[in-house]
Amino acid sequence: MPHDHDHDHDHEHEHEHEGSELSPMDLRVRALESLLVEKGYVDPAALDALIETYETNVGPHNGARVVARAWVDAAYRDWLLRDATAAIASLGYTGRQGEHMIALENTERVHNLVVCTLCSCYPWPVLGLPPVWYKSAPYRARAVLDPRGVLSDFGVTLPDDVELRVWDSTAEVRYLVLPRRPSGTEGWSEERLAALVTRDAMIGTGVVTAPTQAQGAS
Amino acid sequence: MNGVHDMGGSQAFGPVVPEADEPPFHHEWERRVFALTLAMGASGAWNLDQSRAARESLPPAQYLASSYYTIWLEGLCRLMVERGLVTPDELRDGRVHAPARALRVLARDAVAPRLAHGASTERTVTTAPRFAVGDPVRTRDMHPPSHTRLPRYCRGRHGTIAAVHGAHVFADAHARGSEDPQWLYTVRFEGRELWGADTTAACVHVDCFEPYLEPVS
Repeated sequence: MPHDHDHDHDHEHEHEHEGSELSPMDLRVRALESLLVEKGYVDPAALDALIETYETNVGPHNGARVVARAWVDAAYRDWLLRDATAAIASLGYTGRQGEHMIALENTERVHNLVVCTLCSCYPWPVLGLPPVWYKSAPYRARAVLDPRGVLSDFGVTLPDDVELRVWDSTAEVRYLVLPRRPSGTEGWSEERLAALVTRDAMIGTGVVTAPTQAQGAS
Repeated sequence: MNGVHDMGGSQAFGPVVPEADEPPFHHEWERRVFALTLAMGASGAWNLDQSRAARESLPPAQYLASSYYTIWLEGLCRLMVERGLVTPDELRDGRVHAPARALRVLARDAVAPRLAHGASTERTVTTAPRFAVGDPVRTRDMHPPSHTRLPRYCRGRHGTIAAVHGAHVFADAHARGSEDPQWLYTVRFEGRELWGADTTAACVHVDCFEPYLEPVS
């Protein structure tokens, strides 16, 4: 049909100029924002501030500081495991989607993995916004049934005798995994340790590794 | 609601595919949908559980085929139409056809304090918790057609109380507009209780409101 042909042609044409033209979703959301501004429901400057907060200020670097502090300060570690909300707030990380925090300690024998099977619950103040995979069907489906299989998707293999504990964030409690401190980091500063801590390690889909001695010497 | 959003244990979705150095947003429209959703949520016209209920009420095929922020966008539009804030005509052509309703507008200066303060769901109640750490419990075999936070994979299953978190706004009631605070527990389910031998999980912990739980004698 001529009409279908024209449509296909337009579509291809759009792809040739990808990046320079607005997608249908960009157009739809722009129109919605204009409508809501015109009706007086939203302040565009507030929208910019919301985006800036989670794109720049809040992210896994916050959680990494919590983990590094717990690694170097036994009293802080105990406080974190006893009252994570207060211990995390003492470093300045509070608020939305982190009002009720629990820290889960990984050990030689126990590995914790956090998921939200129903939606995307995630500890925003310490980790920022969740990555796409965390919100995706494959992760939400499989984490509670086959966490070892999920770990292998991340290239992580744990010994068979390690107990895998899964935590499904179904209410307003948010979980932060306290990963194991890698060997070879004795005497490291808190700042240097924090740089090793990855987002995935604080969800439980990763482990923290130290650079090899050769790399570390450089 | 027994919807497709309740994904725990489904097996046909394939491997998890992490993205290296993933940015917080992949498109400009995702940034704006995220911010519009938070800003409109701050108006108080609906609560967080009503937001979740709106998203999980999308037709199943549409939910599964939609990206995360597309689901947010559809949920936001549904809530705004339901509350009479916008009309379907306005969403269709982007032009104002109906007068605006009075609404609390989130100002730029209010963003940082609001995010830093959050919104605790803990409440004071006069009842004592029915269960204590270590108590054996069984989850109800329940299938409400409305919003609930008890996943299907752990309904009608035996577990053990692992933690008591105080009383919190009850999500199921909150989606219907009432807080009805209930005691909240973390329940530990052994992997074999949920999945038989076909699991690599030693145990799965689920946060359960008291009405989800029955005592086991």
